[in-house]
Amino acid sequence: MTQPVLEVAGLATHFFTREGVVKAVDGVDLSVARGKVLGLVGESGSGKTVTGFSLMGLIDPPGKIVAGSVKLAGRELVGLSPDAMRQVRGRQIAMIFQDPMMTLNPVLRIGTQIAMALRAHETLSNAEARRRVAAALGRVGIPSPEERLDAYPHQFSGGMRQRVAIAIALINRPDLIIADEPTTALDVTIQGQILSEMQKLCRERETALIWITHDLSVVAGLADAVCVMYAGRIVEKGDVRAVLERPLHPYTIGLIGSIPSHNRRGVPLRQIPGMTPSLLRLPAGCPFRTRCPRADAACVNDIPPQIIDGREVRCVHVNAMSAA
Amino acid sequence: MVGFLIQRLLQAAVVMVVISAMVFVGVFAIGNPIDVLISPDVTQQIRLDTIKAYGLDQPLWRQYLTFITRLVQGNFGRSFVFNMPVLDLILSRLPATLELTLAAVLGAALIGVPLGMFAGYRPDSIAAKLLMGLSVLGFSVPTFWIGLILILVFAVNLGWLPAGGRGATVSVLGVEWSFLTLEGLKHLLLPALTLSLFRLALMIRLARAGMREAILSDYVKFARAQGLSEAKVIWGHVLKNISIPIVTVFGLEFGATLAFAVVTETIFSWPGLGKLIIDSIQSLDRPVMVAYLMLVAFLFIMINFVVDIAYAALDPRLRAGRA
Repeated sequence: MTQPVLEVAGLATHFFTREGVVKAVDGVDLSVARGKVLGLVGESGSGKTVTGFSLMGLIDPPGKIVAGSVKLAGRELVGLSPDAMRQVRGRQIAMIFQDPMMTLNPVLRIGTQIAMALRAHETLSNAEARRRVAAALGRVGIPSPEERLDAYPHQFSGGMRQRVAIAIALINRPDLIIADEPTTALDVTIQGQILSEMQKLCRERETALIWITHDLSVVAGLADAVCVMYAGRIVEKGDVRAVLERPLHPYTIGLIGSIPSHNRRGVPLRQIPGMTPSLLRLPAGCPFRTRCPRADAACVNDIPPQIIDGREVRCVHVNAMSAA
Repeated sequence: MVGFLIQRLLQAAVVMVVISAMVFVGVFAIGNPIDVLISPDVTQQIRLDTIKAYGLDQPLWRQYLTFITRLVQGNFGRSFVFNMPVLDLILSRLPATLELTLAAVLGAALIGVPLGMFAGYRPDSIAAKLLMGLSVLGFSVPTFWIGLILILVFAVNLGWLPAGGRGATVSVLGVEWSFLTLEGLKHLLLPALTLSLFRLALMIRLARAGMREAILSDYVKFARAQGLSEAKVIWGHVLKNISIPIVTVFGLEFGATLAFAVVTETIFSWPGLGKLIIDSIQSLDRPVMVAYLMLVAFLFIMINFVVDIAYAALDPRLRAGRA
C-alpha cells in the first residue's frame, strides 16, 4: 500500500451557535492515497460537506476545528497561518461544488476566472496565462477553448459550467480534489460524462479524489474506498465492493436497503424509520440507536470503531452481525 | 445596441412632450404672473398691453403651441424677471450646481461604498456597528439642520470656512468653476458635506447589504477554495457583482441632488439652480420654471440612459437580452 497523500485523524469541527454546540463533524478519521477515489456518503446534514470544508480550512465562524489533525503529503494543515493555508488551497487541495450555476461568478469572463485561480499561485504573463487557461479548458472537453475564454458563464450549460469548475480545480495540479456532489445538479447523461472525465483526469495525474455524495450508485462506479457518515461520524469505512455488497453497520444496511430497485417492483419502498437527530441534541452513545432495529442497552455506551475483515465499523453488535 | 439606443431616444422624446404639457399646465395653474410683474396702480391700458406683450391673453392651448413651436427652434423664451433668454440664465447657473452635486454624490459614493463593504464584510465588528448607527443618523437628520450646524461650528465659532457664496472662480471653456481655486474649494466644502451625508448613509447601507449577500454566495466560497487572497475575492469578484444597485442609486441620487439641492443652496447662498428656481417660483417667472422643470426631466432621462449603459457594461447577462 502506498503512503496516503491525505491523512485525517480525529477531526472535529463544531459550530458554536446561540442554541448550543453543533458537532457537525465529531472525530473523523480517513485517508486517501494518490490516484485513489474515496467516496464520502451520507444523508443531508451528516457532516460530509463540513468535513470537506474543514480539510480546505474554510470553516467560517461560529464554526471551528476543535480537534484532530489533517496531514497533506506529510504536512500538518490544522493550525497553519491563514496565508499559508491560502497557499495550500487551490494549489494542493482543490474543491468542486455542487451547483455549477452558482459557483462561477456571473459577471466575469470564463477565461478571467480561470486565470485568477492560476495567478493566485503563480506570476505569469498575460499570453502565458491565456495559453494555459485555454489548455485547461481543452483538457476538460470543452470544444474550441480559445474562443470560449471570452464567454460568460450564462452562455454555458450546466454541464459545461461544471467542466469549467473542474478545469479551475485541476489547473494548479493539486494533490487532492474534494468534489462536493458535483454531479447532483446535472442530468444523468452529463453526470456520466463528468464522472468518467474526472476519473480519467485524476488517474492520469495521480490526483487523490474525495467524492462527497448521497448517491450510492455513483460511489459504486467511481470510488475505491467508501466512508459512510452519520451525524458527524464515520460509521463504516472500507473497500467499496465489500461495503456495498455486504454492509455491516445497521445504518449502511438501511441506506442500501432504501435504494429503489427493479427486483422489488410493487413492494413498498423500504426506509430507515425516524429522522436524522438534531446535531444539537444527539443521544448519548451511538447516535443511530434511536432509529436502529438492533439497538439495545449496550448501545448507550460509545465505542471506538471495530475492525472487521479489513474495514472499520462503529457498532457494538458488529461481531454478532458479521458472524451471522 | 443601436436598436436599443433608438428605442430609448424615442421613449425620451415621448416623455419630454408629456412633461412639457404637464409642466405648462401646472405652472399655468399656480397664478397670474401679471399680478407680480406690474404694480397695481398702473392704468388699465398699460396692464392690457403688458398682458398682450407676454402673450398671456391667448387661450392656454395656443400659449402652449407657441411655446412648443419656439422650443423646437431651441428658444425657451425670455425670463420675465431677468429679461434675458431663459436658456442662458439656466446655463449660467448650472455649473455651480453641477460641481456641488458632483462633489457631494461622488464623494458619498467613493467613501460610502468601501465603508459599507467593510461593514458587510465584518458585520459584528464594533466599527461596523458604529457605522450602521451613524448611517441611521445620516438618514434621519434633516439637511437644513446639518447645514445650519455646520455653518455655526465651522464658519461662526471656529471661523475656518466661509458661511456662504462660491468664492473665487476660474473660467474654463467659458464656464466658471470654483473647485479649481483653494478659496473656491473652501466654499464648496460645507455645502457639499451637507448634501452628501444622506447619500453617504445610503451608499453605506446599499454596499453593506450587497456585501452581506455576496459573501455567502457559492462563487465567493469557490474563489476562496482556489486560494485567492481576500483582497482579490472582494475587489475582483464581489465589487462588480454588487455594483448594479449602487450604480442605480448613484444615478437617481445624482439627478435628484442636481434638481433639488434647493434647501442647501439657499442656506449657503450658493448661486445655483436651486436658488434660481425658488426665486422664479416666488416671482411667478413662468418661462424659467417651465424650462427648469424640463431641464430636470431631461437630466433624469439622460442619467437613466447612462445608468442603463452602465448596467450592460457591468452585467453580461443584460447584454444578451438586448441583442
